[in-house]
Amino acid sequence: MGERIIELKDIKKSYGQVYALGGVDLHVDKGEVVGLVGDNGAGKSTLIKILAGAVKPTTGDILVRGKRVPNWNAAMSRSAGIETVFQDRALAVQQTITWNIFMGREITGPLGFLRAEKQRDEASRLMREIGFTSKVFGPNSIVGQLSGGERQGVAIARAIYNQSDLIILDEPTTALSLTETAKVFHFVEQVRAAGRSILFIGHNIHHVYDISDRFVVLDRGRVATQITKKELGSAEALIKFMEELAHPKELTEARPTEGLTA
Amino acid sequence: MSTIETPESGEPTNALLDADAVRRFADGKHADQSKFRRFLNRNRPALGSALVAVLMLAIFFAGDPTVFSNWNIYRAVLIGLPVVLFVVVPLVFVVTVGEIDLSFPATIGMTGWVFALVVQAGYDPFVGFAAAILTGLVLGLCVGWLVVYANLSSLIATLGMNFMLRGLIQINTEGKSIALSGLQNSAAYKLFASQAFGIPVSFFWVLLFIVVCAMIYNRHRFGLRVHIVGDNPDAAQQMGINVRLVRLQTFAFVGLGAALSGVFAVFINYTWWPTSGDSYLLPGLASVFVGGTAPWGGIGTVIGSAIGAFTVSFIQTGVVGVGLSGFYVQFFYGLIIILSLLGHRWNQIRYR
Repeated sequence: MGERIIELKDIKKSYGQVYALGGVDLHVDKGEVVGLVGDNGAGKSTLIKILAGAVKPTTGDILVRGKRVPNWNAAMSRSAGIETVFQDRALAVQQTITWNIFMGREITGPLGFLRAEKQRDEASRLMREIGFTSKVFGPNSIVGQLSGGERQGVAIARAIYNQSDLIILDEPTTALSLTETAKVFHFVEQVRAAGRSILFIGHNIHHVYDISDRFVVLDRGRVATQITKKELGSAEALIKFMEELAHPKELTEARPTEGLTA
Repeated sequence: MSTIETPESGEPTNALLDADAVRRFADGKHADQSKFRRFLNRNRPALGSALVAVLMLAIFFAGDPTVFSNWNIYRAVLIGLPVVLFVVVPLVFVVTVGEIDLSFPATIGMTGWVFALVVQAGYDPFVGFAAAILTGLVLGLCVGWLVVYANLSSLIATLGMNFMLRGLIQINTEGKSIALSGLQNSAAYKLFASQAFGIPVSFFWVLLFIVVCAMIYNRHRFGLRVHIVGDNPDAAQQMGINVRLVRLQTFAFVGLGAALSGVFAVFINYTWWPTSGDSYLLPGLASVFVGGTAPWGGIGTVIGSAIGAFTVSFIQTGVVGVGLSGFYVQFFYGLIIILSLLGHRWNQIRYR
């Protein structure tokens, strides 16, 4: 496999007494699409927020291209070439599409003044590039006027600017129409074809299975398994594995012997 | 630059116009508007507050044409107006970032005091000016620290600071004012507080201040971040913006504006009073909202709020000039505030 873009080692995150993550190892190599799956409360969102630098882990190391990085934060994550499309999309809805795309990474000229024209042209190019085009909205449109899919388009456009090495997509197809979902999948294929990596988080196992090369299954704050598509064989095998995680065999078999039924 | 292939990199096709898009097209929110309509749309709050100001002037003029065709009544307002404007404009930044600052009146008092003390001690007024600005910045940072890093509510913490700073002034001066008799002869006075073409020079300075601040608000990285943080602080943080720093900077900015106010207030009367700035608390705040800055954060207008400050400042002069007794002033304050807010509320759509 190619270069290791990012690696998390023994990441723990606790909120008071509660462990959201209890020692997770995760890595993403160049050019691969990793599917991160797990039940609600497995720690998927916490894990990607740590990757994006939005949440600090309690303990554990973060390695970027093999080098340990202390005091990891959101700005460092972005400058390391990691872009995240958050589940809630992280958009400022009263602002323009352009300002949303360039927030935190503004194109500025002398004295920190914005290069408004350049930003607007780049925003319009990015939106066209991912296929979210319309005569109805332009780069100066307010994000609050857009539909859910169009807002997702803005979040994705923001992620592909700068040719980032790894794009994290947190449940990008939730609440999207079929055509909008197809656009997101098309986008994932484009990114893979360009030799860049994706970490795809999803609830719909079929969606995740179709586009991922490798799967990481999280269960109650731990990695239950890491498995490639070849080893797995089919989406059904992944679903079966996750069902067994949720309802362990011993438990279901143990019940009749307790005399509760029969 | 890009390596991503697009299936249809050309013109947008009609196939991409879904039902939702058609609805918005029908609503007239499409991108292909004329430049004039785009300008109107983007500056709705500012134009609204300009309309309020014009209406108010028209009503006063109709009430007593002879009084209101005399330039002196406008000059009287223009002399006091800069003091308010220097602090209203930074307040727009604080409100846009999603906070409030009620400590500025005491900061005006404190910075004016520092200026008066330095000048009284025999230093050049320019030195006093610099000292006042430094004081304003430090006080702004203190207030900001309480809100941003000590996590206090900005409403309560800044109110507390206002009382505390004013109290410090009262304790130390025991209510005595400072008269600076030599101030009129200084070069600083000529530069900042004399008259040119029948207009107070301070008005030109505050106009420059407004223009620079409006550019920072609309076209500078700092202004962009102020908008984003006020709109969605979580998104700002996730995208690598230092949310706390941006918030702290807006409070420091109010401190700076209050220092300018404090010094200009002393220039007007060559005297500093221990109550200096106190009377600006409510009119100053009202101006921000009368001007069209949204109380919920994320959007606002520097120009509009500056016009709002003119409207609010003019009410007192106008009511008396039109021949009503001073008892009507508060009523008209309230009326203008409520009517403006209703107008802006109807004018702005709040997206969530």
